[in-house]
Amino acid sequence: MFKYIKYLLALAGAFALSGCQYHILSPQGWVGIQERNLLVIATLLMLIIIIPVLIMAVYFPLKYRADRSDLSDYDPTFEHSNKIEVAVWGIPILITAALGWYTYVYTHRLDPYRPLDHLQAGIPIEVDAVSLDWKWLFIYPEFGVASVNELAVPVGRPVNFRLTSSTVMNTLSIPALGGMVYSMAGMETQLHLVADAPGVFPGRSAHYSGPGFSHMTFDTLSMSDADFNSWIANAKSDGTDLGRETYLTLEKPSIADPVRYFATVEDGLFDHVVEMCVDGGTVCAGQIMTQDKTGGGGIAGVPNAAAYSYDSKRAIDGFGALIDLPTLNPEAFYEAFLNSPDYICGPSARKEAVSHVN
Amino acid sequence: MSIETISPLFGRLSLDWIPYQEPILVGTFAAVAVGGFAVLVLMTYYGLWGSFWRDWVTSVDHKKIGIMYMVLGFIMMVRGFADALMMRAQQALAAGGAEGYLPQHHFDQVFTAHGVIMIFFVAMAFVTGIMNFVMPTQIGARDVAFPFLNNFSFWMTVAGALLVNISLFVGEFARVGWLAFPPLSGASFSTGPGMDYYLWSLQIAGVGTTLSGINLIATIVKMRAPGMKMMDMPVFTWTALATNVLIVAAFPVLTATLALLTLDRYFGMHFFTNDFGGNPMMYINLIWIWGHPEVYILIIPIFGVISEVVATFSGKPLFGYKTMVWATACIMVLSFIVWLHHFFTMGSGANVNTFFGITTMIIAVPTGVKIFNWLFTMYKGRVRLELPMYWTIGFLVTFTIGGMTGVLLAVPPVDFQLHNTLFLVAHFHNVIIGGVVFGVYAAVTYWWPKAFGFKLNDTWGKRSFWFWFVGFYFAFMPLYALGLMGVTRRINQYPDPAWQPYFIIAAFGAVLILLGILSTFIGFYVSVRDRKALACGGDPWNARTLEWATQSPPAPYNFPHDIQVRGRDEFWRMKQDGFVWSTAYQPIHMPKGTATGVYIAGFALVFGFAMVWYIWWLATLSFVAMVAIGIGHTFNYNRDYYIPAQDVAATEAKGAVT
Repeated sequence: MFKYIKYLLALAGAFALSGCQYHILSPQGWVGIQERNLLVIATLLMLIIIIPVLIMAVYFPLKYRADRSDLSDYDPTFEHSNKIEVAVWGIPILITAALGWYTYVYTHRLDPYRPLDHLQAGIPIEVDAVSLDWKWLFIYPEFGVASVNELAVPVGRPVNFRLTSSTVMNTLSIPALGGMVYSMAGMETQLHLVADAPGVFPGRSAHYSGPGFSHMTFDTLSMSDADFNSWIANAKSDGTDLGRETYLTLEKPSIADPVRYFATVEDGLFDHVVEMCVDGGTVCAGQIMTQDKTGGGGIAGVPNAAAYSYDSKRAIDGFGALIDLPTLNPEAFYEAFLNSPDYICGPSARKEAVSHVN
Repeated sequence: MSIETISPLFGRLSLDWIPYQEPILVGTFAAVAVGGFAVLVLMTYYGLWGSFWRDWVTSVDHKKIGIMYMVLGFIMMVRGFADALMMRAQQALAAGGAEGYLPQHHFDQVFTAHGVIMIFFVAMAFVTGIMNFVMPTQIGARDVAFPFLNNFSFWMTVAGALLVNISLFVGEFARVGWLAFPPLSGASFSTGPGMDYYLWSLQIAGVGTTLSGINLIATIVKMRAPGMKMMDMPVFTWTALATNVLIVAAFPVLTATLALLTLDRYFGMHFFTNDFGGNPMMYINLIWIWGHPEVYILIIPIFGVISEVVATFSGKPLFGYKTMVWATACIMVLSFIVWLHHFFTMGSGANVNTFFGITTMIIAVPTGVKIFNWLFTMYKGRVRLELPMYWTIGFLVTFTIGGMTGVLLAVPPVDFQLHNTLFLVAHFHNVIIGGVVFGVYAAVTYWWPKAFGFKLNDTWGKRSFWFWFVGFYFAFMPLYALGLMGVTRRINQYPDPAWQPYFIIAAFGAVLILLGILSTFIGFYVSVRDRKALACGGDPWNARTLEWATQSPPAPYNFPHDIQVRGRDEFWRMKQDGFVWSTAYQPIHMPKGTATGVYIAGFALVFGFAMVWYIWWLATLSFVAMVAIGIGHTFNYNRDYYIPAQDVAATEAKGAVT
């Protein structure tokens, strides 16, 4: 037995020395610290009731076991007690009420969409993050630079993230700084974080997103203003240009990409990514909405389907390689549709549709 | 794999889709083939086919069907657990740049299959099986309201399970996670048949689940023994009612959601795509509107099991029966207004997140009350520490801890950090293993004597418990720790070698659980072998509810006479009154077995397979066959028979309850 204890101690020692970072318990930013505090408060509040329950769950069956010597306290009719009922409903309700209050306060305080201006921690910097298959693109609109798989933030200054995705869903997660938010194609989400200490913090996508998911990691470099400025300068001198064409190449699926920088970023690139129309041949989401509002393209719009489609141009196989899906041929479909004798709206509607095209 | 051509005869199925170059799969196939062949040979040798077909496959007896659900659950548990071991081994190896032995392509299928199988074909099969076996006997009924439908539901579940297993050897399974969020699961980002296997197997099994839900509700509402008021029903029957109401309310949502995704994938529609006005978030809302009630569908019947076990082995009526019923009803209703807590991190506003966070915490109140009621049932009782009580105490301790971490995750800002981490994975295994699995084991050890007429071997039962119990903590406490480091779920390799010791401990825990599962099966074997020595009467535990008022195993008709129920815990009262069954037997009206269910389900399996592989002619044919057999069955008027009074007398004399 002692032999095993020795091994256990050795294992425990290995843990202590291994330098594991409990990022969520010892965060390096205000948001993470607040979230950690709430985690601790909630745990303690619940332990008020959990500990007695755990003790009773073991103590009662042992104390009241059938083979005990003194059975005089056996009460086979004891099945109701108003006092106990009040306690077992009342105590959980009180604890839940307290927890609910903390939840209300903290959920509003830590809403990821809420800017961190109230910290008065300096001028925020803007970062537009795009989750690509399977790498992260970080655009710094104020500086006109961008990076892949490396995020640099100045210590003490809030970071205002705008997030989107090129294809599938991901989350931007930097546990040392605070909670995560999803990035989704065709949508823009927001996240506000701040780093209180310099350091290198791991970041990654925390939502499974396909073949390259495990490698969708990046380092978050939290650095002084001076270091941050030289990081920007380095990106400017070291990087290439990020225009629409480069973006379209970059967004193609790839796994475990090295860090790289872009010295310039085309204006409005992030907005075009959100609207899924970086490729000039595709209609932007905003425009589609306007068209839909005015009645849409109707049957006459069918041949234009290619200009509206996005996902099928980015189809992948199970290993993450781009593939060509058999494309629907909209023109042929349209012709067949119009010439079909079974066309459901009858000959007059067909004529109308044809005239619409002409 | 490139886009394949679709042949009119074989659809997109070609030899390229048989994974004969994957040694793991070939080995598995060889083992399954050899094992399956051995079973076939043995069954032929012992001449069991006729009895298997007559007494089991075509049986509409709710007890037989219940037992078959349990067998399905245990078989699929082996499959799902093999997936778990593979994942644990991979993550124990793949640290600091090491790649491990499972490539991402395979690993992603493994975690998807693990989740799908464990929820739909293990946990669901177990709880449905327990409800099927126990509930009708608890309310003094002869069978469920629609016996044929029950048989059909079971075989549809089996068809779904078979389709998932076929994907192991023909093609591939989905690589999307157990809930298949689009756009990843859509036509563009999940090409290939894997995702279609997912859709069709769940749709086919879902038909069975929904019909079974309707059936069991009708049974509880209409088939109770004369005099049994709702408030006289055993708590397990109450929880079965709540569960089946949830099934009937929630499963159509799943069916519709998966149907919409199917339309996206097969007809190029755009419900959940990024483009053409599709909205993937709509899917995520819909799937969780089903998905959250689903987890309560799994746990609520277990609350019933624990209630029965605690009361029986404490020698007392359940403490706070009415509270228990109301708490169950509260949980049932509340489970429909908490779904958004699964995606606090998708950008909902603070008010929305607060609302769903607090509604989730409120569920902890009735759940906590239940736990207290079980504790106070033991209080001042005479607690017999038999096998079912071991599992029950294991449940109380483990489920309480899992509940606590669940409430932590219900606090939105805490969830922002812990969402999709291994903390979450540890939490839901804590409530599903500590809750559902331990509860299922409590049920199996408790009702096994009723089902087979002999108790389970105690030694192996306790070994099984301790391996499971200790193994659980070894397997999942390190995952809580990793979660607090911010480690994400579903990664097949990770850069930080400091995480590796935790993953190794977790893998060790999984091995302990493996020993627990092996002990279970050895225990079954040893008990069957020693069944003469372990034989017991109708009421081996000195229990309180009606299922113990009849023989073990019960005769096909369950009870020789209708029971006039006078109140709660009727059997306890009957025993105090020195009840004996009257020997003035009447002929008993019984439903007749039918093979219609297994035929339709067989064609459903063929239909699913054909749809997965785009074999349109076969899909059409099998669909027409399903409908035709269904219609044909409505012309079958030979559906019932009478057991003559003298046969009842003979059966009762043979195994009279003493």
